[in-house]
Amino acid sequence: MRYETVIGLEVHVELSTKSKAFCSCKNEFGSEVNTNCCPVCLGYPGALPVLNKKVVEYAVKAGLALNCDISLYSKTDRKNYFYPDLPKAYQISQDDMPICKNGFIEIEVDEEIKKIGITRIHIEEDAGKLLHGAGDEDYSLVDFNRAGVPLIEIVSEPDIRSPEEARLYLEKLKSILEYLEISDCKMQEGSLRCDANISLRPIDEEKFGVKSEIKNMNSMKSLERALEFEVKRQTEILLQGEEVAPETRRWDDAKSITIAMRAKDKTYDYRNFPEADLVPIVLEPEWIKEIKTNLPELPDFKRNRFVKQYGIPKYDASVLTLSKDLSVFFERCAKDYKNPKAVSNWVMGEVLRILKEREQEISNIKFPPEYLRELIDLIDEGLLNSSAAKLVFEEMFDTGKEPKTLLDKLGLKQISDEDAIGELVNEVLANNQESVEAYKNGKSNALKYLVGQAMKISKGKANPKMINSMLLERLED
Amino acid sequence: MNLYDLTLHEVHEKILEKEISAKDLLDSVFDRIDKVEDKVNSFITITKEKAHEAANKIDKKIAQGETIGSLMGIPMAVKDNICTKDVKTTCGSKMLENFIPPYNAEAYERLENAGAIMIGKTNMDELGMGSSTENSYYKVTRNPWNLDMVSGGSSGGSAAAVAAGEAFYALGTDTGGSIRQPASFCGIVGMKPSYGAVSRYGAVAYASSLEQVGVLTKDVYDCAIILNYLYGHDPKDSTSLNIVHDNFIEGLKKDIKGLKIGIPKEYYGTGIDDEVKNSIKTALKAFESLGAHIEETGLAYSEYSLPVYYIIALSEASSNFARLDGIRYGYNANDYKDLDDMYTKSRSQGLGEEVKNRILLGTHSLIDKNYKTHYDKAIRVRRLIKEDFDKSFQKYDLLVIPAYPTAAFEIGGKIKDEAAMYMGDLCTVPVNVAGVPAMTVPCGYNSKGLPIGMQLVGKHMGEATILRAAYAYENNASYTKLKPKL
Repeated sequence: MRYETVIGLEVHVELSTKSKAFCSCKNEFGSEVNTNCCPVCLGYPGALPVLNKKVVEYAVKAGLALNCDISLYSKTDRKNYFYPDLPKAYQISQDDMPICKNGFIEIEVDEEIKKIGITRIHIEEDAGKLLHGAGDEDYSLVDFNRAGVPLIEIVSEPDIRSPEEARLYLEKLKSILEYLEISDCKMQEGSLRCDANISLRPIDEEKFGVKSEIKNMNSMKSLERALEFEVKRQTEILLQGEEVAPETRRWDDAKSITIAMRAKDKTYDYRNFPEADLVPIVLEPEWIKEIKTNLPELPDFKRNRFVKQYGIPKYDASVLTLSKDLSVFFERCAKDYKNPKAVSNWVMGEVLRILKEREQEISNIKFPPEYLRELIDLIDEGLLNSSAAKLVFEEMFDTGKEPKTLLDKLGLKQISDEDAIGELVNEVLANNQESVEAYKNGKSNALKYLVGQAMKISKGKANPKMINSMLLERLED
Repeated sequence: MNLYDLTLHEVHEKILEKEISAKDLLDSVFDRIDKVEDKVNSFITITKEKAHEAANKIDKKIAQGETIGSLMGIPMAVKDNICTKDVKTTCGSKMLENFIPPYNAEAYERLENAGAIMIGKTNMDELGMGSSTENSYYKVTRNPWNLDMVSGGSSGGSAAAVAAGEAFYALGTDTGGSIRQPASFCGIVGMKPSYGAVSRYGAVAYASSLEQVGVLTKDVYDCAIILNYLYGHDPKDSTSLNIVHDNFIEGLKKDIKGLKIGIPKEYYGTGIDDEVKNSIKTALKAFESLGAHIEETGLAYSEYSLPVYYIIALSEASSNFARLDGIRYGYNANDYKDLDDMYTKSRSQGLGEEVKNRILLGTHSLIDKNYKTHYDKAIRVRRLIKEDFDKSFQKYDLLVIPAYPTAAFEIGGKIKDEAAMYMGDLCTVPVNVAGVPAMTVPCGYNSKGLPIGMQLVGKHMGEATILRAAYAYENNASYTKLKPKL
């Protein structure tokens, strides 16, 4: 029996508004414990929430960018449950009337465009954070800085058919949200959190199988790996003729397995009902139109523009536009430059390599993109060979200094002066009589060796083309 | 005549004329408290020191020639579910015995900013749940007219304090009659404003969609003065309306010729005491003699108000009071095994029986299985009740109904019969369900000498009409106004 994988993703995104969703406390990651809180977000008696307009604006932005219908009338509801990190003992969320519905994201699978449906986007608030006593210490403390931080939850249709597609969907979603500048989208810090519902069904079967909900995936890679593990696990269960248990499972990244957390058959009754302390969210069509007009260029559009405008391959354009910061970096570098493909190669090659190696973000890069263009210019002018250019690049990355300055400082400027090259060639010929003889006896390989010697003496700075031609000249004399 | 016997506007005149100081007033009120508080039990907390500090400041300001506002230097009381900065706000509950809010409720803050002097926090049924102030964790408030009788509730402490001369006026909250019924029992004026007219910020929410902060005063004029301060938009409360209102005092003295008053028959049926009916009948004659037209009418959906009210109020309460978990503030049972045990013990020990009953009922209405038949149905019927009132107000300027089927009942008497007590809510609850304003105005005494009140109900944001009619009535009432003998 062969099975088809069915995946749906629920993504929670912390919005990067200045203040929290229902009070004026700062929405800030990493502040001292319990400093960004007030009677409202601490759930004090009598305190009342007031919806932050920016939260609505950001949610509408997301909805428009994800091709959703925007509800002119929506409302907030209370989701009731007891937990120490939930100060009011209910979460303000949207139950049956979300602010956005019926959208989609396009991903590219095997060079084909595939649409993944988005069921809904709704506004809600985050909870605080529990800090448990270490080891035997029998206590827990609560940090309420995160309580009331605005979230949007983006729920996909069960349209995803493989772990890879799931990753592509999440990458694209993250990319779009970054372009909109409505969230930091940092999975490690929890500003982008993804839960996955996954089930298998026999191919050609319409009915969905029993699903597991997978939590705790902290990177794109762990999402894909967790789902791959889950496909294997569920396949094995089904092949043995058994049934998958409906449960919530936690991905353990270190052990590379999912672990059962709790059964899903006993679902908690959240007693959702309308939040009477807030009024319905009523939007003006004009306001939505205004937001739509002011949406920034989104990744797909930019990718196509890059292909057209810079003549770079679609693959390059996809890689460059997935991250907004990277696309801006590339564009500042490639703008009005004669060889955009060279820029693309550098950005996709050296720039991404060094960022990964140093575990840095493109947004924190020290040098302006224009410096990279100068560096490529220096190579084109023959002032720098490619291996020296890489050294300059690393130095530029570390110091943020201009390539020309670094060239002098590192003494890496290519030697293209005829007299200097002449002297170098003389020295090599004088010290390598055996190779000279060998060449004259028809061993053309000897030339390569001689060029190499010249480069070695010049510490790689000599212009190899000039050395080559000058050596030939002398040897043929 | 003692100072504490006067009304707010009367003592204001004396302060204006520099006849008396804020300190004189405070001394008079505290003398009175010393004399009667042991009998009446109006207060949970008395803030004597703070009050004296505030009065000193006011007297200095007056000495320096500052303009004297209507509330400046005049002692008042605040129901203990209205948050007062740095002053215990217990809500009549053990759960909040040591809760000291770091903020003022907006309604109180507006009065404080105007120079009001708070003398204490008044007793109430725990978390507002009850209509006799017998459900307080702390004490039972007694009716100043007869100490064997209840003061009404849940704002019983506020009503008793004003009636007993312990405060010139008091803030209360009204979720289903909690201002109007005790005002009626204690023979004073009590106003439940239109939903959205007064900020709820800092008033501990029981049923968010039903309640308002309001005021209990000695007469209608005083009520108009306070409403001028309380009304108006508060950005901290999303349900507070951004509507400009007229100065309530300026409208008071206009006549009521041609005013159309509807008498909805559903509110005068079985269960309404004959003495209550007769008092209101006499009052209606007074209205007629002032030029108003009286006509019998109907509010057909009123009978459904009680189930609608209880489902909505208790559902909201079950959620609103879930925050009382003993973690950030309030009572925490020290001896527990785990998290669930902590929640269970803290709430079981910190909350009273009536509160637990109501939270359970509210929870029951919201669970998946019952949501459609309980909560959802209630909010749909609520719409019909509202429409019923709206239709009525297309025809009438005011509706007049009893404030309660009887005068004050005996302490320990009626509370055992919960169903009977709930029936009493029929007079007050529909007003909250519809979100319209209503005022209790005293209209006589029964044979035992206990006050009887009637309610003037207006259309949404129609407070000015209510005040005008009530003021006209008060000045032309055909009975002799008495004071409780304490």
